[in-house]
Amino acid sequence: MNAYEKVRTARSSDRPTALAYINNIFSSFIEFHGDRRAKDDGAIVSGIASLNGMPVTVIAIEKGRTAAERTMRNFGSASPEGYRKALRLMKQAEKFGRPVITFVDTSGAFCGIEAEERGEGEAIAVNLMEMMDLNVPILSVLIGEGGSGGALALAVADRVWMLENAVYSVISPEGCASILFKDSKKAKEAAECLKLTAEDALSFGLIERIIDENALGTEEFFNRLASEIEKEILSIKEDRDYKENRYRRFRAF
Amino acid sequence: MINFNFKPENELEKEGIDNIPSPEDEIVCPNCHRTEKKDDILPFKTCTCGHHFRLKARERAFLFFSDFSEMFQEEKSEDVLSFPGYKEKLEKARALSSEDESVITGTAMIDGMRVAVFFMESLFMMGSMGHVAGEKITRLFEFALSNRLPVIGFTASGGARMQEGLISLMQMAKVSGAVKRHSNAGLLYIVVLTDPTTGGVTASFAMEADIILSEPGALIGFAGKRVIEQTTKKELPRGFQKAEFLLKCGFIDKIVHRKDLKYTLKEILILHGINKEH
Repeated sequence: MNAYEKVRTARSSDRPTALAYINNIFSSFIEFHGDRRAKDDGAIVSGIASLNGMPVTVIAIEKGRTAAERTMRNFGSASPEGYRKALRLMKQAEKFGRPVITFVDTSGAFCGIEAEERGEGEAIAVNLMEMMDLNVPILSVLIGEGGSGGALALAVADRVWMLENAVYSVISPEGCASILFKDSKKAKEAAECLKLTAEDALSFGLIERIIDENALGTEEFFNRLASEIEKEILSIKEDRDYKENRYRRFRAF
Repeated sequence: MINFNFKPENELEKEGIDNIPSPEDEIVCPNCHRTEKKDDILPFKTCTCGHHFRLKARERAFLFFSDFSEMFQEEKSEDVLSFPGYKEKLEKARALSSEDESVITGTAMIDGMRVAVFFMESLFMMGSMGHVAGEKITRLFEFALSNRLPVIGFTASGGARMQEGLISLMQMAKVSGAVKRHSNAGLLYIVVLTDPTTGGVTASFAMEADIILSEPGALIGFAGKRVIEQTTKKELPRGFQKAEFLLKCGFIDKIVHRKDLKYTLKEILILHGINKEH
């Protein structure tokens, strides 16, 4: 598969969205709504759950599957309120010593008038700063699209994993093509140049693991991922200096 | 109070004042369209209508501070991804701006107080942030932390530098980590947003300061205007993403005219108990 085919696969509506991961990997998930400031952003689903008996905080970007769901989820483009809800839940996790697991799938943070008025940039910036300093283990899994700052705002983690066909990029290939090549139809070329595949990210040391998509969406797939996540959270916990190492992880880039 | 006549066009599309054809010693104000003698707008490069022309990074260093001592200038950008045209763009940017990168960093004095400073250069690939810009700013915050110095930074940037791919995105997290450590030590960070401050810079260290100042009329935002128009199919409100708009929305502490900036910075530093060196 070339880079642009990966982009199309990552965006495909056939892929399981974040809610499928939450429902199949965890038990007793309780969703918590709202940023306690202005509103509840449907693009971000967050709450507490049990991972094989371990209490965890789960935060995810949900794109929605049906037309109605997609509208409700704003196609997985979070507003400032969504990032602030995520931060509220992360701070809550820190208070109660719960590890944080995030599932990222977004074409990017929402580009709207209201989002600007309510500080999309500020919301992302604060998340970056606070996640760097959060006193509990954080694991992020990019399950589809990892669109720029809107994805990074939930992916400042001790470990970042990508699904085999997920992509992670500073700008969409279409956006890059229209700015740099003055032609949005050159997205295919731009996708190659941006080095946005999971293999690229792994080769640059930007992620720790690629998740095999074999049997994607089946019980077998989710069970396998659940046990990998559990093992990894325990291993981060064992490292007393994980917060220092999280700083060093990003400091190296 | 200065009255700004906002125009709908995107400030990012203008390549700065140098591209407006006019006689050598004259300059046309893009706000009031008056032709001014270049000498008359000095020293602050502001029009009588209140318009602030863009300044080069080094001009700011000498306008508001003394004894600017540059650090980390040995860092030079490389074309790690072999991105088409990047090498040439770097060459051009270096020639156009007379700088090696989109940010200069170091220490400087303001009214006898020593501070760590960074100045972004919009003439260098629109101040975009790649590995080197992120590294220099991170090292500056780490230096300021170990020397217990306040940081004063001037932003001017189109955002992350896409020619460096994901590495440029990671700079947002890297710098944010260093800002947080500096902040956790009780140290002061003041940012001055200048035209334009957008994208990944807005979504990281531009919005992480203890005190956020801005120059009048500066374009400040996360997403580009064209992207917002395309996404929402709505007409953008007058003055959208201007400093005055951001102030109203609650994201800026104070808009400061260039002629008052040195005084304002000095007063803030004094109120934070920053000692003078003798």
